[in-house]
Amino acid sequence: MTTPSKAVLEKLTPVLTKRWLSPDAWRLDVYERLDGYAALRKALAVHPDDLIALIKDSGLRGRGGAGFPTGLKWGFIPQNDGKPHYLVVNADEGEPGTCKDLPLMTHDPHSLVEGVIIASYAIRANRAYIYIRGEAVHAARRLRHAVQEAYKAGYLGKNILGTGYDLDLVVHSGAGAYICGEETALLDSLEGFRGQPRLRPPFPATHGLYASPTVVNNVGTIASVPYIVLGGAAWWKTMGTEKSSGPMIYSLSGRIKNPGQYECSMGITLRELIELAGGMQDGHQLRFWTPGGSSTPLLAAEHIDTAMDFESVAAAGSILGTTATQIFSDQDCPVYATYRWLEFYHHESCGKCTPCREGNYWMVRVYRRILSGEGTLEDLDTLLDTAGNILGRSFCGLGDGATSSVTSSLQYFKQDYLDYIEGRTAPKLSAAALAGAH
Amino acid sequence: MTAPKTDVFTDETRERAREIIARYPEGKQRSALLPMLHLVQSVEGYVSPNGVAFCAEQLGLTKAQVGAVATFYTMYKRRPTGDYLVSVCTNTMCNVLGGQAVYDELSQALGVGHDETTEDGKITLEHAECLAACDYGPVLTVNYDFFDGVTPEGALQLAADLKSGKRPMPTRGARLCTLKEMSLQLAGFADEREGAVADGPAGDATLRGLRLAQEHGISPAGFDINTPIPTPSKEAAK
Repeated sequence: MTTPSKAVLEKLTPVLTKRWLSPDAWRLDVYERLDGYAALRKALAVHPDDLIALIKDSGLRGRGGAGFPTGLKWGFIPQNDGKPHYLVVNADEGEPGTCKDLPLMTHDPHSLVEGVIIASYAIRANRAYIYIRGEAVHAARRLRHAVQEAYKAGYLGKNILGTGYDLDLVVHSGAGAYICGEETALLDSLEGFRGQPRLRPPFPATHGLYASPTVVNNVGTIASVPYIVLGGAAWWKTMGTEKSSGPMIYSLSGRIKNPGQYECSMGITLRELIELAGGMQDGHQLRFWTPGGSSTPLLAAEHIDTAMDFESVAAAGSILGTTATQIFSDQDCPVYATYRWLEFYHHESCGKCTPCREGNYWMVRVYRRILSGEGTLEDLDTLLDTAGNILGRSFCGLGDGATSSVTSSLQYFKQDYLDYIEGRTAPKLSAAALAGAH
Repeated sequence: MTAPKTDVFTDETRERAREIIARYPEGKQRSALLPMLHLVQSVEGYVSPNGVAFCAEQLGLTKAQVGAVATFYTMYKRRPTGDYLVSVCTNTMCNVLGGQAVYDELSQALGVGHDETTEDGKITLEHAECLAACDYGPVLTVNYDFFDGVTPEGALQLAADLKSGKRPMPTRGARLCTLKEMSLQLAGFADEREGAVADGPAGDATLRGLRLAQEHGISPAGFDINTPIPTPSKEAAK
């Protein structure tokens, strides 16, 4: 295996992932030896507004996909309004390709708990919830254990560390619904309803959980907070770019030699990431990839030098998303890949709004027809037309996300579609897949 | 049709239901519904009409309200399940890496399709959407603990082991338990098995970037935990 060049290696910035190397860092005593809860002591000694200012200063942006400035979000919470405030952590990791939050909660759960306490103190919340994906059972075991330990040690509960500040934290397991990663669907689910998105406005900042002011943040966002409190905003900004500050966990999967988690300075390019991951697998050439999960438009080999920060990926026509970088080669078919993603969106559509519920249902059927060798040229127009009627017309981002791979694969790989339609590529699905189709 | 019976739920389960409800603010007990549904599944192996009635009774909801929620979420099973829920990821990445072949062969060997249970009541098979372990693909889970980089042969062996009463150790995650036992954990109760929380070292893919950095002595410069937090609020107060 060739060693990556020094310049590329230096883009590695192990911050949030660092404790994963210590096998017992999920235990409180080990966590405390590794700077654990030092940030909490520092944070509780200053005014909550100073913490909001610090996070604003750091330029931290949400790690759940949208990249919204975290400090600004915290600042939206009305103060002295007499209502209870809530912090809700979105740990419903499920965006296809994304696998950064589960290892974090499994190997370093206290860093999330510590972040929760600091963030709750900053927004004046006395109750916090971690809504964790149901299937993430081992992460939930470790997290529940960590919460128990934190209560016993006086980091949670009444009068935390003698400061008079109270906080209760509940780890709440979901039950298998991708849509609950959408923040308002998550809140409905946490209130004991079907996980269906709410119409906005009003936004969760004023009408969130139980119609009270609520901050919903991703695991990576909240777990970043203790490091910013410890190292300061200026240090945080030594990593990343001007508008996309800090380190980011890039989750590399697919046709590379060493798939895995690579925490790097934001703005690293795919070429550099592939170099870190030992290169492409033998016999595979990069053909298409997702910068941040299946809801972000596919990019092609020509985009290999795009800097993976929020602005640059947007300029290239996609979205940084969750930095779930799925790498496909010349041996993978973009039409089939898109079809499988659509099956996913069709299954996960909550059914609340018509464009997403019906559009995905029909697009799946069109893909089956194309992949069975029964497609027509008109099908391509139907796909674009349907996608166009979902994008921007759905209740939430799930519908928009579903169209990403459809329109981008048609943009970059139309020939692959034509090859199925015109009989140059052998059908990938049997006619049985069409059973029941109209 | 007989009316649902909630007396299948013991005093212990009722006590647990009270514990769950107490986690949420006064008057917001409906928040307890998801963990309550996991709780009834831990007793019966699925969410039966009895389970729906029990949740409704405990939370002051109608059975229709509970049923509407129970049927929305994939993890609540509507028919009796096996001891082991085998979920094979067939979403795009695992799929192209071989997950579809794993699912197809398992399905054929076990003689069951998606969301169906083998006659001996041991295994319920399902194809799953992204399980958030793409760096280990193709993956499958047994009661949601991971078996990484599976092949059709490996999956068939695993199924044979489960059917013969063995409990192979997952690649990552804790030693296996039954789906009912797992559902109790999902209801928010600690895994009481000695050592289970400690099970499961970090996998190689999880640590790859870190090991590379460690090997080459790389860490972000200038990290000083004593960096003071600026206090603009004090300045403003002056």
